[in-house]
Amino acid sequence: MASNYNSSERQRIAQQRLKIIAGHLQKDGDGQPVRIFANDCKAEATDRRSSVARSMPKRRQEIMKWNGWGYSDSRFLFNKKGQAEFTGKRYRLSGLILPSLKDWFEGTFGANLQHKSPAVPSVSASTVPPPCLNEDFVQDVKASGVPYSHEAEDRMFRAHGHCLHEIFALREGKVGRVPDMVVWPNCHDDVVKIVELASKHNVCLIPYGGGTSVSSALECPPEETRSIVSLDTSQMNRILWIDEKNLTAHIEAGIVGQDLERVLNESGYCTGHEPDSMEFSSLGGWVATRASGMKKNIYGNIEDLVIHIKMVTPRGVIEKGCQGPRMSMGPDIHHFILGSEGTLGVVTEVTMKIRPIPEYQKYGSVVFPSFEQGVACLREIAKQRCAPASIRLMDNAQFQFGHALKPQVSSIFTSFLDGLKKFYITKFKGFDPHRLCVTTLLFEGDRERVLQHEKQVYDIAAKFGGLAAGEDNGQRGYMLTFVIAYLRDLGMEYYVIGESFETSVPWDRVLDLCRNVKERIVRECKEKGVQFPPMSTCRVTQTYDAGACVYFYFAFNYRGLADPVHVYDQVEHAAREEILANGGSLSHHHGVGKLRKQWMKESISNVGLGMLKSVKDFVDPDNIFGNRNLL
Amino acid sequence: MASKALYSQRDPALKKRDDFEDILDERRNSSDLRYALRCYTPVLYKGMTPCKASTLKTIVLQSEQVRYVINQVSKEMGETPDIVQEEALAILEEMAQRLQLSTIRFFAFTLSKAFKALFQSVRVNEEGIQRLQQAIHEHPVVLLPSHRSYIDFLMMSYVLYTYDLALPVIAAGMDFLGMKFVGEMLRMSGAFFIRRSFGGDKLYWAVFSEYVKTMLRNGYAPIEFFLEGTRSRTCKSLTPKLGLLNIVMDPFFKGEVFDVSLVPISISYERVLEETLYARELLGVPKPKESTSGLLKARRILSEDYGSIHVYFGQPVSVRSLAQGRINRSEYNLIPRYIPRKSSEETQSFVNDTAYMLVRRQEENMVLRPWVLIAAVLMQNLDGLDLELLTKQTVWLRGLAGAFGAFLDWPDQTPADKVVASSLALHHGLVQATGGRVRLLEGPQDPASPEEALFDQAVGVLSCASYRNQVLHVFLRPALVAVALETANTSRNDDVYSSFLYLRNVFSNEFILCPGASVQDFEEGCYLLLKCGAIQMLQQDLVVTERGQPILSFLSGMLEPFLQGYQVVCRYFSEEASEGLTEKQYIPAVRSFAVKRILSEGLKCYEALSSDLQKNALAALLRMSALRKVKAADQVTLKVNTMAVKAIEDTLGGKVPAQKPVLARL
Repeated sequence: MASNYNSSERQRIAQQRLKIIAGHLQKDGDGQPVRIFANDCKAEATDRRSSVARSMPKRRQEIMKWNGWGYSDSRFLFNKKGQAEFTGKRYRLSGLILPSLKDWFEGTFGANLQHKSPAVPSVSASTVPPPCLNEDFVQDVKASGVPYSHEAEDRMFRAHGHCLHEIFALREGKVGRVPDMVVWPNCHDDVVKIVELASKHNVCLIPYGGGTSVSSALECPPEETRSIVSLDTSQMNRILWIDEKNLTAHIEAGIVGQDLERVLNESGYCTGHEPDSMEFSSLGGWVATRASGMKKNIYGNIEDLVIHIKMVTPRGVIEKGCQGPRMSMGPDIHHFILGSEGTLGVVTEVTMKIRPIPEYQKYGSVVFPSFEQGVACLREIAKQRCAPASIRLMDNAQFQFGHALKPQVSSIFTSFLDGLKKFYITKFKGFDPHRLCVTTLLFEGDRERVLQHEKQVYDIAAKFGGLAAGEDNGQRGYMLTFVIAYLRDLGMEYYVIGESFETSVPWDRVLDLCRNVKERIVRECKEKGVQFPPMSTCRVTQTYDAGACVYFYFAFNYRGLADPVHVYDQVEHAAREEILANGGSLSHHHGVGKLRKQWMKESISNVGLGMLKSVKDFVDPDNIFGNRNLL
Repeated sequence: MASKALYSQRDPALKKRDDFEDILDERRNSSDLRYALRCYTPVLYKGMTPCKASTLKTIVLQSEQVRYVINQVSKEMGETPDIVQEEALAILEEMAQRLQLSTIRFFAFTLSKAFKALFQSVRVNEEGIQRLQQAIHEHPVVLLPSHRSYIDFLMMSYVLYTYDLALPVIAAGMDFLGMKFVGEMLRMSGAFFIRRSFGGDKLYWAVFSEYVKTMLRNGYAPIEFFLEGTRSRTCKSLTPKLGLLNIVMDPFFKGEVFDVSLVPISISYERVLEETLYARELLGVPKPKESTSGLLKARRILSEDYGSIHVYFGQPVSVRSLAQGRINRSEYNLIPRYIPRKSSEETQSFVNDTAYMLVRRQEENMVLRPWVLIAAVLMQNLDGLDLELLTKQTVWLRGLAGAFGAFLDWPDQTPADKVVASSLALHHGLVQATGGRVRLLEGPQDPASPEEALFDQAVGVLSCASYRNQVLHVFLRPALVAVALETANTSRNDDVYSSFLYLRNVFSNEFILCPGASVQDFEEGCYLLLKCGAIQMLQQDLVVTERGQPILSFLSGMLEPFLQGYQVVCRYFSEEASEGLTEKQYIPAVRSFAVKRILSEGLKCYEALSSDLQKNALAALLRMSALRKVKAADQVTLKVNTMAVKAIEDTLGGKVPAQKPVLARL
């Protein structure tokens, strides 16, 4: 419906772009102060738009892939010489050649560049089921002035997250149930209106933030007969105020991580919340899934960061009456909201802790002779409560994977140094290249303390046989996080499918869980007829006093399988059973969605489930927020 | 149903005899010394953490499990933890193995010499070896051989060395340590020693179980132990002991290893080295204490021919697959794993079922030589029979055993009479064939007393019975059906089943009958009888066919000694047992009662003299509440319920049909 994008809208976008460019040009110049806005969305229409260099347009498909991860201009490909390269200009890897990726890719998966499994180039609008509209609702929305669309592309884009089966289906051009309409509220009050109208006309609302879900949370329940409306929060993306006395900021929940950090940085602050998906995921999404950021050791996870939450529910608005730092007044109502996965309402505004930007940042890495020793070291660091901002331990397979992503070295000297390092570690120190593993570190703070902290951590590492392996390796490790999802798209071009999943587990079970889950994956693949050995690897990505978060990557070459996605689902299911049997949790930060619902009862007991259900029944008796996640 | 799959009929095609290879063959043709010194590079467990035998001790002592119990014990006893730790170290010192290759090489050399002198051949199924090799590479492995002879575990290590497989550590009874020098030799060949009983000793249990688990988790070596707990003196499989099996499965339940492979191994002897020794032991001549001089005296056995040995390495059983759907491993999620606690009921019954299943696998894979069939025939003709008739009956029995899926090693090319003759020759110490008539060997001509004569005869009978026992498991279920058919009220299916159930219950200490599998057992028994045409199914009735008469009477004849033996025990309790009879007094008392009966009534039930049968019968009577243990002061006495005992005696004698159980499950 092109008519919805009227000329003034286009004009607005154009203006905005000009502003961004202008911003880039004068960035370092005059240190423009950030404008902070009052909590009233009607009055400041023009000011508002200049507040945030908005990276997420309404028509996301203009800059993002419709059937894969991230920006359209950024992707991995094998060029004519068979070398891997990463396109675009957005990332450190962009425009670089990755000479060892091909060999690693073919060697690990038994894949072959001759055997391609390309995606369908596009899906015609007719493939998307026509919208089932609730006309009265549409009329009322129109009257309210909240932008909306029922264009096929907009609806299709909001019908999925990034689970393997979702992306696989899109690549095959298959489209299932999609929302019938998309609305873009501009502020809290718009959301109140939409929720009221939805309740009045009995339509189903599915909140949509960054669209990075990996729990089937955004899938439209096929059994839903009402009109489904996707509520896109992306236009609610302002920082409404910053309170420097209390170090808090009040932020609209649709803002995506990179915008939030960038804008706060401009005034010398940060939240320090950096989930791997922070380029695209939104504040509201973090709250709704209990997200975790890689620097949680300094800044805390989302539940530690929020001071105040405002959520619109069919019963009305829920929020606390003050911003005290801690309260004893019954169960914390924030904890009904955190992790509610869009089943209770829409988070519209959040007050969050902020911190001054750290003076100094330093990456680092340590090589351990074995994964066991690496885990023991992380445990000791957690025990001494001296974990750096981020500390991650990759197993051997991921270490090799990381190596395959080394860009072409520019000088003979660097490659000579690399060779020397390798020789020192494997020959001189006797590390087995097929057993060693690497920890990546990120330190933050003032310079002196970072250096002190660094020494402390390296001293502990040395006790566990760890050898410092340089900043480069560390930094590359973190960069990998942001491009890994792009790599999956590359794999899917060549019959390789995969996904990551995570859990949290007490320290004493970390090793057992890692070993058993990896082995279970390998065994299940074999039993399910996968022709090639799968990649089954893990890393420890967070440490806590009483345990750790473990992340698994699992991928395989599906040539010769009739229904690869089904096989994938079965294996992931088995892996989750294995996780639970080994004392791991259902999820550390991905959430439950619809993908892991079946295990909720055993995870939180019948009574626990009943508690959550009764909250849902009170807050949303008509199941307006009908995405059917969690319960 | 999971249990159904456990006890499925084995596929006879699996057991081709051609798959066996005689490992002595090569020994007879090449240098033993070179063999003992050859390069030994076994495939090891892929997840193995290399460590020395001595570091194992440190790992065990420093483990959370042992430290926890040390602290607990020190609090209870009021000792300092250091003292308890010393005690733990002492336990470990006494227990630990010191496996070293040089000792194995020594044994490889000497055993080659000995085995060549003793045995015609040692046949090993090669496919099993290949399967084992793969299993060892993949997961921690537990070797579970049957136990019929002292040489079982030497034989195991010998075979594994020969095939370049990882050498096991072996759980052995402490009594071996009494033997000077030999105990230490065994220790250096991988044996670790455990006390026969350590009832409530928490510290001992913790050290011992952690020691075994550490070796298993680290993949130090395959763990070997005997499920039956001790050598079977009767050559019947013994009711499995669960302690060690629990220990080796625990690391899987707790997620410490991905899986554990259990490998049942059947070692069958054509002629058991200890045959008459066992018979004497069963008759109450005390077992000679293990001593080095005793072993040396046994040298004369080197001049005898003990036929051939078959070692069958069974299909490795994955604990993970077995536990699928039966064990909820997350039950261990909420308590630290190092705190010892009683396993849940499901776990206990799972371990128990697994143990029975494994013993049945051992039974099924026992290679049976013609002699066991001859022994089975002889046992039903204690007065002897014509050689020709014996041959005919043996051939007939061979057909029946084949139909029932027995794992027979019968030389097809040789005429039957030659087969029988050579078997008889090999067992010349037990049977004699004079004037075309075959009978068990008599004792000395001039016995000092009738009792002594009786004992001499009984030694022969029990020795012979031990060979029949080797084939019992093949016939057991149909034989129970056969007896049930005789004693049941009517031939109706459910009546027969009631009788069957009753018998099965009575004999569940005597034979390997998996708990809770009575329906399967009955169906299996009926199926085999139907298959060989012995019975027919007419609507609700099981009808014996004309052809079936001899089969059924032979089968029930096979169980006759047990029926009679149990009746003798019952009679003892109803007629003679005195008030305040202690458990200790029971065996001698029932034995002298049986002696009297046999002498005065001319009974032939020599097996009633066997302490094994007596113990099993006692356990059955206790289980069936016909007896009760009463604790008085520091003694345990047996209180008899005369009515119940009499009822059991009458039922076994076929005078009264078995009461219908309340819940017949057909």
